Amino acid sequence: MDARKNWQDLPDASGKFGIYGGRFVPETLMPLVLDLEKAYAAAKADPSFQAEFDDLMTHYVGRPSPLYFAERLTQHFGGAKIYFKRDELNHTGAHKINNCIGQILLARRMGKTRIIAETGAGQHGVASATVSARFGFPCVVYMGAVDVERQKPNVFRMNLLGAEVRPVTSGGATLKDAMNEALRDWVTNVHDTFYIIGTAAGPHPYPMMVRDFQSVIGREARAQILEREGRLPDAVVACIGGGSNAIGLFHPFIADESVKLIGVEAAGEGLDKYNRHAAALAGGKAGVLHGNRTYLLQDDEGQILEGHSISAGLDYPGVGPEHAWLKDTGRAQYLSTTDDEALAAFQLCAQIEGIIPALEPSHALARLGEIAKDLGPDRVVVMNMCGRGDKDIFTVAEALGKKI
Amino acid sequence: MTSRIDQRFAALKAEGRAGLVAYVMAFDPDLETSLEIIKALPAAGADVIEVGFPFSDPMAEGPSIQKAAERGLKAGGSLKGTLDLVARFREADQTTPVILMGYANPVEHMGAEAFATRAKTAGADGVILVDLPPEEDLETRSALGGQGLSLIRLATPTTDAARLPVVLEGVTGFLYYVSVTGVTGARAIGVDAARAAVERLKRSTDLPIAVGFGVRDAQSASAVARAADAVVVGSAFVDVIAKAAADGAPVVEAVSAKVSELARAVRTAREQDKTA
Ligand SMILES: Cc1ncc(COP(=O)(O)O)c(C=O)c1O
Repeated sequence: MDARKNWQDLPDASGKFGIYGGRFVPETLMPLVLDLEKAYAAAKADPSFQAEFDDLMTHYVGRPSPLYFAERLTQHFGGAKIYFKRDELNHTGAHKINNCIGQILLARRMGKTRIIAETGAGQHGVASATVSARFGFPCVVYMGAVDVERQKPNVFRMNLLGAEVRPVTSGGATLKDAMNEALRDWVTNVHDTFYIIGTAAGPHPYPMMVRDFQSVIGREARAQILEREGRLPDAVVACIGGGSNAIGLFHPFIADESVKLIGVEAAGEGLDKYNRHAAALAGGKAGVLHGNRTYLLQDDEGQILEGHSISAGLDYPGVGPEHAWLKDTGRAQYLSTTDDEALAAFQLCAQIEGIIPALEPSHALARLGEIAKDLGPDRVVVMNMCGRGDKDIFTVAEALGKKI
Repeated sequence: MTSRIDQRFAALKAEGRAGLVAYVMAFDPDLETSLEIIKALPAAGADVIEVGFPFSDPMAEGPSIQKAAERGLKAGGSLKGTLDLVARFREADQTTPVILMGYANPVEHMGAEAFATRAKTAGADGVILVDLPPEEDLETRSALGGQGLSLIRLATPTTDAARLPVVLEGVTGFLYYVSVTGVTGARAIGVDAARAAVERLKRSTDLPIAVGFGVRDAQSASAVARAADAVVVGSAFVDVIAKAAADGAPVVEAVSAKVSELARAVRTAREQDKTA
């Protein structure tokens, strides 16, 4: 068998997915990530850890999330049957909480007493603030100053939950810079602090750990579609920021070779516009940032670009290392959606399905028509509705030239 | 032929004193001024020069060096430009060791082999890549080693006894002890803890040990110089450069004066011990 198809065995012992992943952190953090790796392995093997995770998933997060047949959207496009995995119905309104529950349980198990997180759209910040409140930890959330502006409702939510939001003004003042600042905090507060990374990126074991916690999405979806349709889907589709909701949906289907895995990146103002999109897989090159080797948007000198997307949650110049590997091996394919296309899909979904999606999954929605038509009417596609759009109404109103 | 780094540390040992490692950022505040600064460092008392190459995402840097990187990038700085800068410095100085310091991505982008060749040609002697721990540095270390250059490793307060052998394995040049947990320039060094750490490290390695992060003034430089083979100072010099440049004051003179002050403290540290 092609060794590259040992999907379930990745990452390897050094945290690599092929050439991607790894642990590219300063020496100060190295003992901590090695420690974290050990603690996570022990937790994973401990049935009581999994039991507590499952219990919180059921009673706190509200899982399983429904698998919904989007009948009118299916009719609208006239292709494959479209299902939404309704992770926007989770407590706090996105998939981010799945990962946060897992990591806070680990933080408590490791005896840490302080939580830090980075956030772009604010969804991961809200989810981190939420679990910190629930488990009684102080929480500091780093957020780019630009994102603080465009995601005000979430900043207020974090404050209500007792978290301190620290605006980051370095660089382009978005998600990448927030992550730099969170790493600086972690290097400084090594003894008491647990860093809850919000996507399937960062130094090993984060990409693996976040994937494992988010895989609840794909496991449920797989069981639900088998029950509803009596068969596996032909394709599963998700938007890609750092790639956590996508890998969570993909991973339980990864060995089912008949199931296409389709990720959708943010094309911003267009893939042909230099530094005006956030599609690392489509427009980036392999490099090292934030603890892992992966595809990165960078210039000819290896400086990281800021990128751009209307969606703060997708506005990141990198992508989780497992996606880099899935792209190179051809197991997954990656498309992209512009700001304008995402806005149109946002409105369409609201109007014909009565669901206001977040701008992030609107990027996946925008590609669904073509995907469904390509597959044809007897086929089935599952899209991860990974977040609700309440947080985005100000951004959308502004983009549409409306005052609210 | 022994390397410039080895020769310099051997000379320091013979003189019975610690050395001063002075860090400045390439292209800060601009290319030509940074060349003049680097050229002036040996005469001001720097025994080893660390030249930062600017990177967009300096995740282990405090505000001083972050801003220096931003200024350097704005002035057109890059890894290639930094190598050219070092080459121009080398035309007039064949003896002062030059260490390039920065982050892995620009090197990865250039390719380890190409980087090693160009660094050698430029006249660099060693490289520190902050986000390239021993577990990930084999390719770069081999490429540099092939050119007779050292990849300098870092040890930190979190590097415990179990991990230290990993850090020391295959290392050449010197060992850089990062004396605080934190970013550059943010926290003042705990002198006693740093000296204890140096003594601990000395039991495991014969390599010279340089101590840095958090040394800002003559007093702490002097205290560290009593135990360590070299004292690394960065943010304090970078701050002087930033202020002089902002004030329109003579930058080279300002930073030279600061380097001289700290060099004096480092050079005389052990004499004070002897006379005391
Ligand atoms: C609703 C939603 N979807 C997607 C993302 C992107 O992250 P990821 O690619 O890790 O799922 C975010 C990030 O903030 C988000 O809030």
